[in-house]
Amino acid sequence: MTRRYTEEQIRRFYRQLYRIRRVEEEVARIYPSDKIKSPVHLSIGQEAVSVAVCECLNPDDVVFGSYRSHALYLAKGGDLKTMIAELYGKGTGCGKGKAGSMHLIHLPSRVMGASAVVGTTIPQAVGYAYAVKLRQEPVVVVSFFGDGATEEGVFYESLNFAALKKLPIVFICENNQYAIHTHQSARQAKCNIAERAAVFGMPAETIDDDFFAVLERVGETVDALRKGAAGPFFFECMTYRWKEHVGPDEDYHLGYRTPEEAAPWHARDAVRVLGERVPDAERAKIESDIEREIREAFDFAEQSPWPADSELFEDVFKEGGA
Amino acid sequence: MSRSCSYVDAVREASEQEMARDPSVIVFGLDVDDPKAIQGTTRGLVEKFGEERVFGTPLSEDAMTGVAIGMALAGLRPVHVHIRMDFLMLSMNQLVNMAAKMRYMYGGQVSVPLVVRSMIGKSWGQGAQHSQGLYSFFMHVPGLKVVAPSTPYDAKGCLVAAIRDDNPVLFVEHRILHFQRGPVPEKIYEIRPGRARVVQEGRDVTIVGISYMQLEALRAHYYLADQGVQAEIIDPIWLSPLDIDTIVSSVRKTGRLLVVDNGWTTCGASAEIVARVAEALQDDEPARFRRMGFAHVTCPTAPNLEERFYPNARTIAAAAYDLVQGRASGWLPEPREDLKALEFKGPF
Ligand SMILES: Cc1ncc(C[n+]2csc(CCOP(=O)(O)OP(=O)(O)O)c2C)c(N)n1
Ligand SMILES: [Mg+2]
Repeated sequence: MTRRYTEEQIRRFYRQLYRIRRVEEEVARIYPSDKIKSPVHLSIGQEAVSVAVCECLNPDDVVFGSYRSHALYLAKGGDLKTMIAELYGKGTGCGKGKAGSMHLIHLPSRVMGASAVVGTTIPQAVGYAYAVKLRQEPVVVVSFFGDGATEEGVFYESLNFAALKKLPIVFICENNQYAIHTHQSARQAKCNIAERAAVFGMPAETIDDDFFAVLERVGETVDALRKGAAGPFFFECMTYRWKEHVGPDEDYHLGYRTPEEAAPWHARDAVRVLGERVPDAERAKIESDIEREIREAFDFAEQSPWPADSELFEDVFKEGGA
Repeated sequence: MSRSCSYVDAVREASEQEMARDPSVIVFGLDVDDPKAIQGTTRGLVEKFGEERVFGTPLSEDAMTGVAIGMALAGLRPVHVHIRMDFLMLSMNQLVNMAAKMRYMYGGQVSVPLVVRSMIGKSWGQGAQHSQGLYSFFMHVPGLKVVAPSTPYDAKGCLVAAIRDDNPVLFVEHRILHFQRGPVPEKIYEIRPGRARVVQEGRDVTIVGISYMQLEALRAHYYLADQGVQAEIIDPIWLSPLDIDTIVSSVRKTGRLLVVDNGWTTCGASAEIVARVAEALQDDEPARFRRMGFAHVTCPTAPNLEERFYPNARTIAAAAYDLVQGRASGWLPEPREDLKALEFKGPF
């Protein structure tokens, strides 16, 4: 770790990480009750990547993610109450009960809608970056996706176009080594995602499972983009999913991975590492504030009404035009 | 409204006028900036509006469709051009899973003002993968609009309307129609969804012709007139949303409906139109129906096979005549050379 951080910054990082961890633990706890009305792909274990990257971004910067976007949504500033209401399928949800966990969106914090089809938001982020560059806006676009998405053809097409047009975009591959239950080495001829990105002529590197390393490397990159450096940039961030691919439980019983494999990742847990750097009293205050916020969010979701029946037919088209 | 110009010029002029009017409109696609300029439909745009607003793309239909959607989310109005509709098959994920659904699945918060122009081919042996009219795929999906203008006048007005529409629009051009000339006002105007056009009034049989088949239907009208049969010819123009009411009222009058599609009949636009008219009329009018379209095989290249693959004015006239007679009469008109030069006269 090269840089030094103020106590206030450390508190903030911890707050972000712990909040996401606790929200998802609560989602996992409630899930078996069937109150949550869409499948959940939890980010537990992977929070550090989203939080570190989003700590480098301004409110006006734009992020695109995948169906595993709870952490990204919250880290970028997405509203917790409307997120939980959306998971409950309620009319007050961030997608009016039409999105569910896999299509979270929060335009005020510039979280663009997430997609359940692997790889589909990668070119959209590139297109957004094209618009930003065309209009010379001081905005950075970040595209988040998994290691599996790098096997889709659209990934390479998107990287090529972003590099061709030198777009202000940062690609973040959250490499948790698995696509559902299949290890990267069983899917990719070589496990060299960053190298493959580099052949398009963009700076590309792999970052270990280390919150501060992501913060620093992405921070420098975003600063450079803001000062006018040509994009794109690519980071493969190593991480690990603690829970099953979809759903609230662990999945070692399936036999495709072992607790021994997971142990070093658990040992590096950013939530714990950051937590240890926050004085006890402050930490207790942060944690109790978050518990209250989470309770309020789930209460809000519980008490919210279902969408009106008439909503079935709303929002197919936007009326009017330019 | 005296100026006559080609369909190609109409498309080009609509693009140019909209780009001049609204800086958020941009045009891109494979080869839009090359010497042939997509049959001339994009000619001069890059010189006038620059390489950032008009550019040729890598051969990446999937990603470039996603790029277009991302641009639209950011407030641009992209027009993505494909020289063949067949190539849209590589864009299906972005069009069907994303563009069509984003407004709905994000609770009405975003819109995708995207135009996808693509061309259908015919003749010169274009064959299996360079000729398909696949618009019914897109009619199937809520959230997409589909338009297949058949005249230069509609080409301009519909493209303007498509660009101004806040939703994804598939704009379908038939390459033979590109050569058609007709009256096109210089001023800018819109032909919006919601109104089919009764091109020719008649009391005996309603013929709906889609895209290029509109031209063949108009020719068929003359063959039928020679037999004393008055065909009412309707151009739906916009296929989705479809103005079914105009077609229903016509069939109420004629009692017979022939839909001629520039695609296969199975699960096609013709199936949809016939089904909706039948549902609307079943309680009060007895009506007879017939669909024509591509033979249910892959498009061949040998001229004699290709000739049989497509409906044409004479086979359309024969089918309409039999609908009127209520039996298989075996009548097929002798070819009339003068009808080959038929162009759209207007005014509409
Ligand atoms: C195009 C497509 N193919 C297959 C699937 C089924 N699927 C859902 S998630 C997933 C694995 C994706 O792995 P990765 O990109 O590494 O993301 P992770 O789930 O690990 O976050 C697959 C194959 C899908 N949703 N979309
Ligand atoms: Mg993965």
